[in-house]
Amino acid sequence: MNPVERLGLNTTSLVLHLGRLGVFVAGVLRASASPPVRLRRFVAEVFDVGVLSLPIICLSGATVGAVLGFQSYVALSRFGAEGSVGAVVGISLIREFGPVLTALLVTGRAGSAMAAEIASMVQTGQIDGLRMMSIDPVHFVVMPKAWGMLFTMPLLSALFIVFAIAGGYAIVVALLGLDAGTYLTSLEDAVEFDEDVMQSLTKALVFGSLVAAIATYRGYTSEPTSAGVSAATTGTVVAASVAVLLMDYVLTTLWGV
Amino acid sequence: MDGDGALARDFHIAFDGVQLTLGRRSVFRGLSCGFVRRQISVVLGGSGAGKSTLLRLIGGLQRPDAGSVRVGGREVNRLSERDLFGVREKIGMLFQGGALLDSMTIFDNVALPLREHTQRSEAEIAAEVNRRLASVGLPDVGDLYPRHLSGGMNRRAALARSVVMDPEIVLCDEPFSGLDPVNVRRIEALLVDLSRRAGLTLVVTSHHLASSLRMADRLVFLVDGGAVSGAPQDLLRSEDRRIVDFLAAETDAAFDPARLADENARPALGGRS
Repeated sequence: MNPVERLGLNTTSLVLHLGRLGVFVAGVLRASASPPVRLRRFVAEVFDVGVLSLPIICLSGATVGAVLGFQSYVALSRFGAEGSVGAVVGISLIREFGPVLTALLVTGRAGSAMAAEIASMVQTGQIDGLRMMSIDPVHFVVMPKAWGMLFTMPLLSALFIVFAIAGGYAIVVALLGLDAGTYLTSLEDAVEFDEDVMQSLTKALVFGSLVAAIATYRGYTSEPTSAGVSAATTGTVVAASVAVLLMDYVLTTLWGV
Repeated sequence: MDGDGALARDFHIAFDGVQLTLGRRSVFRGLSCGFVRRQISVVLGGSGAGKSTLLRLIGGLQRPDAGSVRVGGREVNRLSERDLFGVREKIGMLFQGGALLDSMTIFDNVALPLREHTQRSEAEIAAEVNRRLASVGLPDVGDLYPRHLSGGMNRRAALARSVVMDPEIVLCDEPFSGLDPVNVRRIEALLVDLSRRAGLTLVVTSHHLASSLRMADRLVFLVDGGAVSGAPQDLLRSEDRRIVDFLAAETDAAFDPARLADENARPALGGRS
C-alpha cells in the first residue's frame, strides 16, 4: 500500500469511526431518556471517577499552581509587576490549566480504566450476557459511566484550580515574600465570573463529555480479545487527549470572538 | 437420515439455509436443522465447527449472511435489537465462561434479571434467588464474588441465573469444558433434571461425547458447514463417513492419554469452538 492509499484508508477509517461514535452517543442519549434511572450505579461511577481521582488531582493542582506562581513571579518581577502574580495565576488556571490538565489527568486515570473495564466485559462475554438477559448494556453499563464522568469533571476541575491557587499562594507568599493581600486582591480583581469562571465550567463540561464518549465507545466496540482490551485503553488515552487539546483551542478561540 | 420433515412442525428452533462467514472463514454454508420442543439436543462438532456461533445465532447475538433462524416461529435474524429482547426473555443462556458480572456478588448476579424484569419485592427476590442457588448446590455463596468461586461453581451459579426467569429455551455453551469428572456429572444431572421438570428445550454444545450420549434426546453433528441430526442410537449406527470419523476420533481420545491431556489443557488456553 503506497502512502497516498494509506492516507485515504486512514481518512475513511476516521470518518467511519466518527460516524459510529455519533450513532453510539445518540444511543446513550436515547437510553438516558428511558427508565429506570440507575442512580446507584451513577453514584458508584462518581465515586470511581471522582473520589478515587482526588489524590492525583489535588497533588497535581498544588504542584502546577506552585510552578506557575514561581515562574510568573520571576518573569513579572523583571518589570516590577510582581503584584500581578495573583491575576496571572488565577486567569491562566481558571481559563486553561484547570479544565485542560484535569481532563488529561482524568483521561489517564479514570478514562482508561473505564475503557478497560467495558472492554474486558466485552471480552469475557458479560456484555453479551446482559443482552441475552434482555438488559440493554448501553443503559446498564455505559450510561451511568458516561454521566458519572460528565458530572465529575467540572467538580474535579474546580478542585484542581483551588489547590493550584493555594499552591501558588504557598510559593509566592510564604516562600518568595509577596504580600498575601496583594496576591489575593490581584486575583480577585482580575477574575470575572461571566468571562473566566463560565469559560472554565463550559470547557470542563465539554471535555467531560468528550472523554466519556471516547472511553465508553472504545471500550464497547473493542475486539473481544486481550489485545482488544489493550487497544481500547491506549486508544482512549491518545484519542481523548488529542480531542481535549483540539477542542480547547476551538473553545478558546470561539469564546474570544 | 433424521426424519426432520416429520418433526419440523414441532421444532422450537429452526435453521434454514443459514450461511455465515466470519473474517475469511466460512462457518456455515447452508445450515438447515432444527431443535425439538422440550427435548435435549446436543450439538457436536470439532473445534471451529461453529458450535458457539450456532448458539449466538439462536440468541440473535450474531446475524447470518443469508438464510433464516426461527425461534418459536419468530425470525430472529430480522428483528431489531429492541424486538429481540422479547424473544430473549424466553431464552436462558449459559455462556462458556459463565459471563457472570464480576462487579456483582453471586446473589446480585442471579437476582439481576428478576430486579430488571419483574415487580417483585426484595424479600420475594431473595427467596427465589436462594432457592435457585440451593437447587444448583450452592446455598452459601450468595455473598461471594465470581472471582472467589471455582470454574465449576461459577458455571453452576451461571446456570441458576440463566433459568431464574423460567425460560422456555436454555442454551448451554460447552458446559463441561475444563471441569473434572465429578463436576461434569453434577452439571449434566442438573441440566437433565431442569429440562425434564420444567419441560425446557435444551440446546447444549459439547465435544464431551460420553455425557452427550447420556443426556441427549437428539444429536446434531456440525460438519462441513452444515448439520446432520438424529436420535443418538441412529447416528451411532450411521455410515456417514464424517460422523464415523468424528466418533472414531472421540472414542480414541477416551483411551489416549496424550489426547486427554490436550483436552484438559484446552480450556486453560481459552479455546472456543
